[in-house]
Amino acid sequence: MGILLWLAFTTPTRAEWTVNMAPGATDVSHAVFDLHMTIFWICAVIGVLVFGVMFWSMLVHRRSTGQEAAHFHESTTVEILWTAVPFIILVLMAIPATKTLIDIYDPSESELDVQITGYQWKWHYKYLGQDVEFFSNLATPREQIDNRAPKGEHYLLEVDEPLVVPVGTKVRFLITAADVIHSWWVPSLAVKKDAIPGFVNEAWTRIDKPGIYRGQCTELCGKDHGFMPVVVEAKSKEDFTAWLAERKQAAAAERELTSKEWSMEELMARGEKAYNTTCAACHQPDGTGLPPMFPALKGSPIATGPVQGHIDIVVNGKPGTAMAAFGKQLSEVDLAAIITYERNAFGNKVGDMVTPKDILAFKQAQE
Amino acid sequence: MSAVIDHGHAGHDHHGPAKGLMRWVLTTNHKDIGTMYLWFSFAMFLLGGSMAMVIRAELFQPGLQIVQPEFFNQMTTMHGLIMVFGAVMPAFVGLANWMIPLMIGAPDMALPRMNNFSFWLLPAAFTLLVSTLFMEGGGPNFGWTFYAPLSTTYAPESVTFFIFAIHLMGISSIMGAINVIATILNLRAPGMTLMKMPLFAWTWLITAFLLIAVMPVLAGCVTMMLMDVHFGTSFFNAAGGGDPVLFQHVFWFFGHPEVYIMILPAFGAISSIIPAFSRKPLFGYTSMVYATASIAFLSFIVWAHHMFTVGIPITGELFFMYATMLIAVPTGVKVFNWVTTMWRGSLTFEAPMLFAVAFVILFTIGGFSGLMLAIAPADFQYHDTYFVVAHFHYVLVPGAIFGIFASAYYWLPKWTGHMYDETLARLHFWMSFIGMNLAFFPMHFLGLAGMPRRIPDYNLQFADFNMVSSIGAFTFGVTQLLFLFIVIKCIRGGKPAPAKPWDGADGLEWTVPSPAPYHTFSTPPEVK
Amino acid sequence: MSELPLRRLVGRLLAVVVVMFCFGVFVLPPFYDAMCQAFGINGKTAGAYQGEQRPDESRLVRVQFLATNAAGMVWEFRPVADELLVRPGEPRDMLFVAHNPSDRPMTAQAIPSVAPAKAAAYFHKTECFCFTQQVLQPGERIEMPVRFIVDRDLPKDVKHLTLAYTLFDITARKPPVAQATP
Repeated sequence: MGILLWLAFTTPTRAEWTVNMAPGATDVSHAVFDLHMTIFWICAVIGVLVFGVMFWSMLVHRRSTGQEAAHFHESTTVEILWTAVPFIILVLMAIPATKTLIDIYDPSESELDVQITGYQWKWHYKYLGQDVEFFSNLATPREQIDNRAPKGEHYLLEVDEPLVVPVGTKVRFLITAADVIHSWWVPSLAVKKDAIPGFVNEAWTRIDKPGIYRGQCTELCGKDHGFMPVVVEAKSKEDFTAWLAERKQAAAAERELTSKEWSMEELMARGEKAYNTTCAACHQPDGTGLPPMFPALKGSPIATGPVQGHIDIVVNGKPGTAMAAFGKQLSEVDLAAIITYERNAFGNKVGDMVTPKDILAFKQAQE
Repeated sequence: MSAVIDHGHAGHDHHGPAKGLMRWVLTTNHKDIGTMYLWFSFAMFLLGGSMAMVIRAELFQPGLQIVQPEFFNQMTTMHGLIMVFGAVMPAFVGLANWMIPLMIGAPDMALPRMNNFSFWLLPAAFTLLVSTLFMEGGGPNFGWTFYAPLSTTYAPESVTFFIFAIHLMGISSIMGAINVIATILNLRAPGMTLMKMPLFAWTWLITAFLLIAVMPVLAGCVTMMLMDVHFGTSFFNAAGGGDPVLFQHVFWFFGHPEVYIMILPAFGAISSIIPAFSRKPLFGYTSMVYATASIAFLSFIVWAHHMFTVGIPITGELFFMYATMLIAVPTGVKVFNWVTTMWRGSLTFEAPMLFAVAFVILFTIGGFSGLMLAIAPADFQYHDTYFVVAHFHYVLVPGAIFGIFASAYYWLPKWTGHMYDETLARLHFWMSFIGMNLAFFPMHFLGLAGMPRRIPDYNLQFADFNMVSSIGAFTFGVTQLLFLFIVIKCIRGGKPAPAKPWDGADGLEWTVPSPAPYHTFSTPPEVK
Repeated sequence: MSELPLRRLVGRLLAVVVVMFCFGVFVLPPFYDAMCQAFGINGKTAGAYQGEQRPDESRLVRVQFLATNAAGMVWEFRPVADELLVRPGEPRDMLFVAHNPSDRPMTAQAIPSVAPAKAAAYFHKTECFCFTQQVLQPGERIEMPVRFIVDRDLPKDVKHLTLAYTLFDITARKPPVAQATP
């Protein structure tokens, strides 16, 4: 008990006693919230009536108060009544529910289309027709999860690259998955849709005011199901246009970085960061992996063997295993940095360095 | 129901139980088999419960402390599978074995040798299932609903053993169900018409029909998985022209009736217990039977309400929403009938009645959250959050589990010949009641605030309620050891129980002595 | 209920069990597929086009093309254009580029899906690379055609639909691989 109390007082700060759904940031989320409250109050009133009768009985009709039991055991009128009345209440509930559902299925034209693809365990966003796409990974550092550092306010609900959308615009989401079923949920938008490999689901939102809205994957998708948050940043239309232009430029700059001369230190630094974002979930931050599903890199034949084999497995993955092909998911710079890092960290001391140009050459040789 | 009984149990050809271990291995006696089912289910309840303790310990605080996510997923999966297939279902089969022959005046179950076999399949199935935890790659980690492709293409190697274990459990349940149907339809005492049977027999008859209708569908479902995993078919694999969503349809076609399989027998037991302690006949017997039958029928046409977010056309969403809401009508009828049975009764609150009253109140709360979940647009916010976890634990813990506790205390004097310790039993009730509400009520808040289910770690805003919930869960968990103690104490001694220890109780089971002799009703009683 | 002899009763119950097993394995999956075709569930497209092959001059529908690689698929896979404006009733063509950058021959299967689901039942593919498996040698690049017609009966409120393909690597799959249905 002492331990319990001690833990209770050392709980991290900023905990909240939220007891209800939030009304959210869109017309749909408000409608859903109102519906939720309507149904809740109907249930509450019925509950008070039924439990009221029951508690009355429990207090008054006790044998200890000298109560003699009555002998009635049926009444067709009453039984018909309490079949019919709930039915009418249900019809009254169904009316607003149907109306809200029809609003949610509104097929009208959207102004921006985003393809959302679920991966184990991250989201990929692609702005259709805009040539902008990126992965969105959990940004919470491993130290916080392992309790070696204090947890931040947005612990497990923060990503490196949020999905950015303009306000006051109908944004259509085309939701799918690359491996298992995921589910994309942002409570404030009242959008939750399963991401199913091979099939496309559709959802939409129109956010009223700028802000950051957070959610999570809501379909069990394997080991790191709890570690793939969704963050949506709603910007004003002007800011969004500027952001989109900036993203396009950044993509060009990334291509330029590929031709830069990299030093070992630079690659190791970038590699460590990229490794922890992309690889550490399975192969672990210290490279020991989680055998047998996720083999160790520390002292592994691939990470300490010929460099071509190492590049090949990272770029092309290994069919039939959990090792994905990262060739298209990561930039040449990140691929080079990760491979360099893996060959020279966790006690691996191969000493060689893989540059972005090597990766480009490897990819071109495959063409 | 009035009954005049011929105490024909002292049959000349029969003798008592064999001695030693072989008595239990080879027994075909419905009481022995019922006892074994009940002990087995209690063992599974403790095993599944200890897994829940691991889950709640990990969720006690944010951050990863005790287990890693992959093991956490195995715990949630096994907790669900063991509680559903190992604890709740066998407990009801155990109660059916013990009580149905006694209630309808039958000498034994209709198919006693099959009865033995269907029990002994269970330890085999669960040994197989639990052994997967020690296999390379770990046990099932894809949730008790085992959605493809996580449970096929992406499953650990042990999935084959999991499938085989499910098959064994399915065969056991099907044989148990056939036995119950055959017993009720063929072995009723003269004069015991269907509409004179206690509701427990009625709800079990309907449950048994649900079982033989849907357990084969589950078997089909895991067979298709097996084919996909090992034989290159593509039922659930999009790459080969199949569809992972088909899995969910097939699974929930089984899964929704399954949740009624876990609650209908409790409805029946509660319908005996509340009248007994109200000293007043059950209100609306006929409408209870019809309500149970309509719930069973509706359970076949509502399965897609588990899949509202999967991308169903609006007509489908509306159909499944309306059908699901309709279930509230017969369920409401049952609750109103119980409340009216208590009305103007002469109530006492012994342990069975405490559990029964808590059953009615808390199950109704679970029913309300079920109604909220039925509203498709609102379900988009609730789906796969802790709100759902709260909902189904409210219908399963105070529903199924409290129903089983109520039954156990109600019939323990009949089984053991001794009265249980009422003081300890009431303590067991209050600790369970407080622990259970503390564990599961905050989950409603967590879900509404946005916490998804099946996650090993969470944002700080969920920390306080999770801690409360864990404390409640530990309380509930520890309390169940008290139940074990009470039962053992009751078996070993205590005030001798008369044939009918509850003055308001009614039914043939109270016409035989306590403890019930090894053979009862060898000569059928006459029911008028 | 009339009382049957025990043997016959058990026989009947076992028959129910067998029937329900067969229902789960042999009836539900094809029934589900039929429902998908009829209602466009999961964006499954309709069968052959039966309607009039005359362009509906009164409206234009935007058809958007998506190409996604399933996990582990290394091919480059994209449509040559992001979208087309089409008239319902008019057959149109589109090309998708596929390139195998690996050093081994690979087999792929593309799975189509149309959003919104409501429109899927009005989308007909008359020719499609997704009807067959695609085998590419190391380094090989091909252009894969799809020919489609949007139904003249497409609901008027649908002005925009998406044809998405997911490309799966099926090189390692064991032989009886079912073909994707048109």
